[in-house]
Amino acid sequence: MSARAAWRLESLGFTAVYRYTAGKADWFASGLPIAGTRASIPRVGDLARRDVPTCGLQERLGEVRERVQVAGWDVCLVVNERNIVLGRLRRSALAAEPSAIAEAVMEEGPTTYRLDRVAEEVATYLAERKVASVLITGSDGELIGVFFRDDAGQEQAG
Amino acid sequence: MPTDIHRHDVRRLVEAGAQLLEVLPSEEYAEEHLPGAVNVPLKQLNAEAASKLRCDQPVIVYCHDYQ
Repeated sequence: MSARAAWRLESLGFTAVYRYTAGKADWFASGLPIAGTRASIPRVGDLARRDVPTCGLQERLGEVRERVQVAGWDVCLVVNERNIVLGRLRRSALAAEPSAIAEAVMEEGPTTYRLDRVAEEVATYLAERKVASVLITGSDGELIGVFFRDDAGQEQAG
Repeated sequence: MPTDIHRHDVRRLVEAGAQLLEVLPSEEYAEEHLPGAVNVPLKQLNAEAASKLRCDQPVIVYCHDYQ
């Protein structure tokens, strides 16, 4: 659609026409400002807990487990040097042999949601499936945090 | 020929004075759009509608995604 519009503008005499190919889906998923009647609706990125522990692919589980416990979590996300989510270590994986590396026991490609999804809608979806939380990433796959469905309820109550 | 650009180019060009144009239907624009964008739905994009834009200034056109 934007391609046709861009060409139409040129035919109307506009000399410097650019096409933002990825469009507003990309803009919003990057956490950039939103305008409009739905702009103030809380998004999962607004409510995501950003203190979730992370580790690298080659880190030993013994060290990772200690860090996760100190942080008060029972999950650790495996990320690369760009903070891109590569995997997840749940409680059972964290309990594996301390000398094992994260890559060997992690869950590959965990499901993630874009940060601009409406929090209440995602919370309802998660509740229907009896899922407590979901990972939140930006448009490039970078980790934002973990969204807990109960946090959306607290936001509403507040 | 229109130039395809990415997010970081949008920010840079807007800071330099480029105009943003959303060509989705007005209902979609009303709900969510980029700050500062104006709306001319594609089906209404003619000379009269385009007159709300300055033709001597860069224009960045966008829709929802890679459509």
